[in-house]
Amino acid sequence: MLFVKGLVKRFGGFAAVNNVSFEVARGEILGLIGPNGSGKSTIFNVLSGTYRPTAGSILFDGHEIAGLAPHQIINRGIGRTFQIPRPFRRLSVFDNVALAGYYGQGRHSRAKAQASAERALAVVGLPTDPRAEVGGLGAAGLKKLELAKALATEPKLLLADESLGGLDEHEMSRAAEMLRRIRDEMGITIIWVEHIMGVLMRVVDRVIVLDHGEKIAEGSPGAVANDPKVIEVYLGTEAQAQQELAAALHAEGAPS
Amino acid sequence: MNFAFFEVFDVYLLEAVVNGILLGGVLALMALGLNLIFGVIDVVWICYAELIMIGMYGLYYAYAVYALPMWIAAPMCIALVAVLGLLLHYIVIRPLLDAAPINQLLATGGVLFFLQSFATVAFGIDFRNLGIRLPVLAIGEMHFSYARLLAFLAAVAGMVTIYLFMTRTYIGTAIRAIAQDRQIMVLMGVDSRRLYLVTSALGGALAGLAACLLVLQYDVHPFVGLSFGPITFMIVVLGGLGNFIGGFVASFVFAEIISLGGLYSDLEWGYVLAFAFFILMMFARPQGLLTRRS
Repeated sequence: MLFVKGLVKRFGGFAAVNNVSFEVARGEILGLIGPNGSGKSTIFNVLSGTYRPTAGSILFDGHEIAGLAPHQIINRGIGRTFQIPRPFRRLSVFDNVALAGYYGQGRHSRAKAQASAERALAVVGLPTDPRAEVGGLGAAGLKKLELAKALATEPKLLLADESLGGLDEHEMSRAAEMLRRIRDEMGITIIWVEHIMGVLMRVVDRVIVLDHGEKIAEGSPGAVANDPKVIEVYLGTEAQAQQELAAALHAEGAPS
Repeated sequence: MNFAFFEVFDVYLLEAVVNGILLGGVLALMALGLNLIFGVIDVVWICYAELIMIGMYGLYYAYAVYALPMWIAAPMCIALVAVLGLLLHYIVIRPLLDAAPINQLLATGGVLFFLQSFATVAFGIDFRNLGIRLPVLAIGEMHFSYARLLAFLAAVAGMVTIYLFMTRTYIGTAIRAIAQDRQIMVLMGVDSRRLYLVTSALGGALAGLAACLLVLQYDVHPFVGLSFGPITFMIVVLGGLGNFIGGFVASFVFAEIISLGGLYSDLEWGYVLAFAFFILMMFARPQGLLTRRS
């Protein structure tokens, strides 16, 4: 459903993303990992229209979307969450989500926005009570609100940015479970950027590893975890990396 | 009415207090328009009072010259200034959205002088009025002009309409939201350019309504904006730029200072006191009467 080809994003002379190509199949959960500054967030910002790509093409459902404005991209069915939740604190939880639904679907229908908001809130497990305030939400609640806002725009493709940051282990595995349910039950394709690899590796179908703006590996979580190049750039010493990845892949609970 | 009640107070004092409230309503309406524009678009329309001046001429021509009935002339005047607001945004503000604030100020300041000169050339420098003299309402020994009462009620109605629009519709909710976080709104699928146009039209419409109400009480001339533009800016600054409630409160504070100050000598002294109060407050509370809730 998404074909990214030769994507380049330069800031001045610095190539944050350098000639990256990948595709995402409908119904897939694709993990996008890499150390800090590897270009994950820049790719998200280009996909969601915040940045205009320097070069390259992005085909979504057969249409070129590179360089479109953010609202146009959302209206075509690509929703995103943010690493740092940014709700409107002076609006209620429900209004936050309904507003995303009202504008995100591109059809500006009040009834539709409210229906989407109720559904999205129910999926992530937040109260649908119109009086619930944003101030009453904790870290996990704010992440859920981010997700609900993205879902209310009725996306076909969801870009989930560091959904686990700031959560405890229990909350992390529940959040990962929620992403899987969103794919399974709502049929939404997901690209998931995460810094914390363990939980991600257990949920995604496929992983792309970035380093210094370039794609260095791609494949199933198992194959990528054993790729020496990945181990080197992503985790430093080989022994430690092997250990952590093995733990991540085989642990029953969340890895440390 | 229990007139014994009035005897406890100085009747003139009470009259001044009530007149202050009536004036405050109209000031609050103007402050709301300016705050709306600043809160959403993050620019200050320095030429706001001049838009009102053009609106006053609009109503004057429609009603007094072309003899249209008021129920057609007033909505026309509001629509005219709303369109002016749209044009101002489209032609002047939009190209400067990412420019330094000083450039935006200079540009809208330029529009101020343009509109003044335009009015001078087009309408001449004569003072004009609608030729309506509304009666005076007498309660006990107090006198209130119907023009002021009407202006107050219409201003309140205008503000209530805006309040309902802002709280009951998604476009209004989006306008409140964009004032809180500009960047995220765009990423939520909102076309901010469209929202800015809606806001500019609303700000213009409020200026148009204010024009209709002011031309009932004051003569219009090309420089009439100078007599209420500065006071509106002081109110908005004192209330905290972009803070709707702060602007509302500050309007009545200023109106009472002007009205009560004018009671003890000329009305002009009321304005002098108001300006002095503003300067003092800028030292005491530079971020505004009510600090902006975060």
